Amino acid sequence: MNLHEYQAKELLKRYNVPVQEGIPVDTPQAAEEAYKNLKVQFGNSFAVVKAQIHAGGRGKGKIRGTEQRGVAVGKSSEQIKEIAGNILGGTLVTIQTGEAGKLVNKVLVAQDVYYQGPNPVKEFYLSILLDRTKACNVIMYSTEGGMDIEEVAHKTPDKIFKEWVHPSGMLQPFQARKIAFNLGLSGEAFKNCVKFVMNLYSAYVALDCSMLEINPLFKTADEKILAVDCKMNLDDNALMRHADLEALRDVSEEDPTEVQAAKFNLNFVKLDGNVGCMVNGAGLAMATMDMIKLNGGEPANFLDVGGTANAQTVEAGFRIILKDPKVKAILINIFGGIVRCDRVAQGVIDAYKNIGNINVPIIVRLQGTNAEEAKKLIEESGLKVQSAILLSEAAALVNKAVSQN
Amino acid sequence: MSILVNKKSKILVQGFTGTEGTFHATQMIEYGTNVVGGVTPGKGGSKHLDRPVFNSVAEAVKQTGADVSIIFVPPAFASDAIMEATDSGIGLIVCITEGIPVQDMVKAKAFMSASKSRLIGPNCPGVITSDECKVGIMPGFIFKRGRIGVVSKSGTLTYEAADQVAKAGLGVSTAVGIGGDPIIGTTTKEALEMFMNDPETDGVVVIGEIGGGMEAEAARWYKDNKKKPVVGFIAGQTAPPGRRMGHAGAIIGGADDTAAAKMKIMKECGITVVSSPADIGKSMAEVIGKK
Repeated sequence: MNLHEYQAKELLKRYNVPVQEGIPVDTPQAAEEAYKNLKVQFGNSFAVVKAQIHAGGRGKGKIRGTEQRGVAVGKSSEQIKEIAGNILGGTLVTIQTGEAGKLVNKVLVAQDVYYQGPNPVKEFYLSILLDRTKACNVIMYSTEGGMDIEEVAHKTPDKIFKEWVHPSGMLQPFQARKIAFNLGLSGEAFKNCVKFVMNLYSAYVALDCSMLEINPLFKTADEKILAVDCKMNLDDNALMRHADLEALRDVSEEDPTEVQAAKFNLNFVKLDGNVGCMVNGAGLAMATMDMIKLNGGEPANFLDVGGTANAQTVEAGFRIILKDPKVKAILINIFGGIVRCDRVAQGVIDAYKNIGNINVPIIVRLQGTNAEEAKKLIEESGLKVQSAILLSEAAALVNKAVSQN
Repeated sequence: MSILVNKKSKILVQGFTGTEGTFHATQMIEYGTNVVGGVTPGKGGSKHLDRPVFNSVAEAVKQTGADVSIIFVPPAFASDAIMEATDSGIGLIVCITEGIPVQDMVKAKAFMSASKSRLIGPNCPGVITSDECKVGIMPGFIFKRGRIGVVSKSGTLTYEAADQVAKAGLGVSTAVGIGGDPIIGTTTKEALEMFMNDPETDGVVVIGEIGGGMEAEAARWYKDNKKKPVVGFIAGQTAPPGRRMGHAGAIIGGADDTAAAKMKIMKECGITVVSSPADIGKSMAEVIGKK
């Protein structure tokens, strides 16, 4: 699950990780108020308005049809109000959102961190994530902050450092000191960085993050270390023990059909093609998508009905696929292990009857546990479905259906 | 012989009396698997499916001499179950549970590193040695006895492969579902290595998917240890980057995670890679025929 910047920063503050302070708002008027409050609090007439969407590249992205950037600085309450007005309700198109862009419902009005002081400011990069190969968490950091880290990794790999955390324990202070040294810090900034990194790692573990990225990690002119931007992904598997975090889910950021599918415990990912598919098991679902493509179609979705599929969940899956007007055929591919084919067949039959007129060809391939009973159910139902036993037969039927349309 | 499990294996079921545990233990027993008992804390001393129930794995091992355990414990408690089995000296631990938090697995894997126990999974269908021993949730009848090993990240694709192998006139020695999570016990390479050393296996089907580097690691190892032909398939050639495709580990993060990149490395290392999942069995029959 992804979080917004403002949500992630609130969580970090609970673990004493200093952040660029800000106030999330959803109207231009509230943005103006937020600016005034920040001005009193920090005595700085600059502030920055940041669009809150689940995608990066906001600073370079623009609100569709305008020249307004997704992150912009203002130095008066009028300017902040105007910028917020331009961004809120607009669709922000960034390199990560694709052409469709993302509707902005909230902006974060945040303190300006580039204020004057005794020393120069500096921007770094730091993220914590899982190293799958080593089966432990790794802290990745670089002196090159504020940039696309994949580009840094590609062009100047020597500027990326990694610190692995022993899986049985926490981050050790010597490791945090090593990070602060490698970032070239000294004095107060060094001490602040060590504290920052220690607390950040505690937050990562306590919140069951799957990725936590601070870019830029910022040193202010008065030697403070702050998280200026924060991208936080939570481990979906761990949400069961974080009811408070589950409440932070912003469903408006997610595809509505995916949200609906989740209610039925269906694993659904919307894609752009013309052949819908409903499969049991993630691997077979991906393989089925691949097979659709190899046979002249394009997969319209990924849908894993899982190991506990019954008539109700299958019917829900069916309805979700049929909502997409681009779908020209549906392939149901079930290899029964835990999931019993007759249950799936019953789901297909019920859905067919309940939905009424289905105008796209349906190809059903059922194999495995209770496949015979399933075949019998489908045959006796009188449904106009094409059935297959072998995967290659199903592939041929997909090819036929696609070329006819 | 075959690998990992055979008719001599003594199986313990953790989460024995739950719905899943009961259903699948029954199926395993029907298949002929030697299930010697189960563990459900608090229900020790009772009987379930005509077998003794114990309060702890240690007690069960002491009483039954179990050397393999299969775990059907809910996600929140599964890593604890893995560590308990490890602590009790169980040699092979098969964890079926899906949805274990990744930080729990980081701890469990570290806990196991000092032990001799091997973990299969989590989030996997288990292990089956055809006609001998089923330690998992796969439909047993698909696995026709033969001399082809199967190692796969995906449950249903394992069944698919076994079915195709049978229809191609071959059969399966052992099939290992290693699981689709970011952190799993036994890697593709380790399973492949066991098959290469197994006198009852003549060829191996390797099924991978997007995400992680296990297939590449296995392929590089195979390049220098080519004793038997290998057919490979990678699911997710059409998967979009950055999206989790069902399995927690099936996500394209960088260029090396894609199906195309993995297929390329596998081909370069001498594995026969098929683009369509429908061609796995056919292709295996061809490469075995060539030998």
